[in-house]
Amino acid sequence: MTNLVEVRNLRIEATTDAGRIVEIIKGVSLDIANGEIVALIGESGSGKTTVALSLMGYARPGCRITGGEINVNGKNMAALSEKQRARLRGTDIAYVPQSAAASFNPSSTIMEQVIEVTRIHGLMPPEQARKRAVELFRALSLPDPEGIGARYPHQVSGGQLQRLSAAMALIGDPKLVIFDEPTTALDVTTQIDVLKAFKSVMRAGGIAGVYVSHDLAVVAQIADHIVVLKGGQVQETGTTAQILSAAQHPYTRELLAAFEPKPRQAHADADAGAKPLLRIDNVTAGYGAVRDNGLPLIRAVDSVSLVVEKGRNLGIIGESGCGKSTLARVIAGIHPAAAGDIIFDGKELQRAAGKRSQDQLREMQIVFQYADTALNPAKPVEDIVSRPLAFYHGLDRQARSKRVDELLDMVRLPRTLRYRRPSELSGGQKQRVNFARALAAGPKLIICDEITSALDTVVAAAVIELLKELQRELGLSYIFISHDLSVVEAICDEIMVMYNGERVEQITPDRLKAPTHPYSKLLFSSVPKLDPTWLDGLVRDPELVSQYGHR
Amino acid sequence: MTRVAASGRSFLGHSYNLVGIVASLVILVWMLIAIFAPTIIPHSIGDIVDDDYFGPMRQGLWLGSDYLGRDMLSRVLMGARYTVGISLAAVAIACFSGVMLGMTAAVIGGWVDTCLSRFLDAMNSIPSKLFGLVVVAAVGSSIPALILTLAVIYIPGAYRFARALAVNINTMDFMTVARVRGESTAYLIGSEILPNIIRPVLADFGLRFVFIVLLLSGLSFLGLGLQPPLADWGALVRENIGGLPFAAPAVIIPSLAIASLTISVNLLIDNLPQKIRDRDA
Repeated sequence: MTNLVEVRNLRIEATTDAGRIVEIIKGVSLDIANGEIVALIGESGSGKTTVALSLMGYARPGCRITGGEINVNGKNMAALSEKQRARLRGTDIAYVPQSAAASFNPSSTIMEQVIEVTRIHGLMPPEQARKRAVELFRALSLPDPEGIGARYPHQVSGGQLQRLSAAMALIGDPKLVIFDEPTTALDVTTQIDVLKAFKSVMRAGGIAGVYVSHDLAVVAQIADHIVVLKGGQVQETGTTAQILSAAQHPYTRELLAAFEPKPRQAHADADAGAKPLLRIDNVTAGYGAVRDNGLPLIRAVDSVSLVVEKGRNLGIIGESGCGKSTLARVIAGIHPAAAGDIIFDGKELQRAAGKRSQDQLREMQIVFQYADTALNPAKPVEDIVSRPLAFYHGLDRQARSKRVDELLDMVRLPRTLRYRRPSELSGGQKQRVNFARALAAGPKLIICDEITSALDTVVAAAVIELLKELQRELGLSYIFISHDLSVVEAICDEIMVMYNGERVEQITPDRLKAPTHPYSKLLFSSVPKLDPTWLDGLVRDPELVSQYGHR
Repeated sequence: MTRVAASGRSFLGHSYNLVGIVASLVILVWMLIAIFAPTIIPHSIGDIVDDDYFGPMRQGLWLGSDYLGRDMLSRVLMGARYTVGISLAAVAIACFSGVMLGMTAAVIGGWVDTCLSRFLDAMNSIPSKLFGLVVVAAVGSSIPALILTLAVIYIPGAYRFARALAVNINTMDFMTVARVRGESTAYLIGSEILPNIIRPVLADFGLRFVFIVLLLSGLSFLGLGLQPPLADWGALVRENIGGLPFAAPAVIIPSLAIASLTISVNLLIDNLPQKIRDRDA
């Protein structure tokens, strides 16, 4: 046995609620050498997390490992009893989950949770474990390594929590660590710190790792080998350089193509003299008690002005908490502004949606980030999409049914999907339904709030393409809110950078390479590139990082 | 893949399990008895048909006789009528008004929510048996008064439950979308919230039904429920409590009747048919 992990012909089955048996992993084989990091990459539903979890001998409820061998450090995890597996978990194999915030217990201190593994397995006395934990905190470049253990999970930031969960995984000196999309939920500026910390700790300890992700650029920075999965089968295996430069499989090429910057056809400037569709002037909004001057205590949006012209798109970009989503809600009237004017299609709008006319509401639609919560889970797609038709246009049943077919065609969904409920659709399909509902109203302006953030790169690219096509056909305007620069770049005519509730800069994509404001510079330089040497070669102005970075 | 794992039976796109089927059969039988009781009872419920009191089970008197020598089988069958009927009517009123008010409060919010919540909290703080006692003392004991009293006692609980569920649904983005579309409160309640909370609401309906059966039996036991010679199951237990030392069926049978109905309702609620939502099936 030469490799630390040898998986041979792994098969995992799941039982559906009708009692049908579905094979979700169809004969996967992979090897991981000592000290090597292997990335499992693929779209959601490709089985990458299922394979990663099976390395611990674990299958999620309803699933069973039915065949193959999972040799980890000379032991076949598939054949061990649950008790024997439990002994290996935390000591030989450790796991870093996707959402650290959801996997820490909010009612006990971080230190207690980090050293819990040593207590369960009786590895070392608590005093020694605490010392070891502080060393790990330091190695993961966490601020205040001596003191951070005494805090509770809600008292540290998301990026810190993700590194703390890595410390929790590393304290038992595992030979293999499984990272399950650990940076997907983080901002780009935070993601860099976390990736750097992971990489240096893994390299220093000579620990092997499995890194599950759908982001090829992130994987390029950290992995030695890449395994591309789709539909429960390995599509392609190779070193990171091989995959990035000479991908063989069409699916891998598709993944890579999603990173290619798409040429954006310049708009004919004939409509340059057209009236602006939406103009907002010095809008301020926020939360908390209203003070004497009529403004709220905490200002999430501070005197922001912007203009959207007919048939053109405005991108709003910034990290989480910069007020970009609040701005979207202010424009839509969900969160009434405290001050400022909103002028839409030549008429001044009321600040609260409840006071706007039905036509004004119809002409401005908002599409939310999480299609999961934006679609009523109890209703079939048909009902969801046809409601605006009945409500705004008063169509009868037959006309509605016909229009639903047209709308589903428009967003490139098969017509048969109309009978399904949101829970039976994939993430990309849900987002399309979400969009079809906005189109059903017949709007002039659609506010897209992070609509691609919850989607895989390939799916997100397809959704963006769809938006562009629809714009050409229907003459829509979009306000496109995102923290992902490449997405905004692909679709917008103008980009507004927000930081801390204020507009810091407005640029056009052609001038993107030379942003002038320091925060824009930091933000743009933090977007991962496919180049595997990018992270190591990245030099960031320490002053900028300390001023704008949230560590 | 065409293999199928062994599991529950399915019918009309729903899967059922054995417990649910048995429980619904028990409930169905009691409901049929409640409807047809007057035509199937062997003796009138007021007639004294036995020479002895607390008579044992024997031919002709299948469930023995009560403390006055009346036919126990007839009295239990007629009791079903009152227990099932009154409880069902009361629970329907309580849950319908409670759930409607709860969803309205959650959707409208603000002072409507505050006023409703405080008022119903105040109602909730009155002990149920005491409340029953006061109502019976004020308006006397009649079946409509009994139904209304039981319903009023259980409205605050149903309201709290529905409001808590609806508040969670209310924060979802699809509610925001519907609001920005300009939908009315009635649409928000009926079309967006209700379908998402109907399962827990039904479970609550079942629990509350059981509570009401027990409270009705309790009130009857205290003599505040139905008045003789009418008797629901709770009243039957009370009037025959003297038969306990003799192990008389007259006290055991109505207790078993209460148990079988309440347990079945709970089992049914826990094992409602599941709609099969398999993608390719």
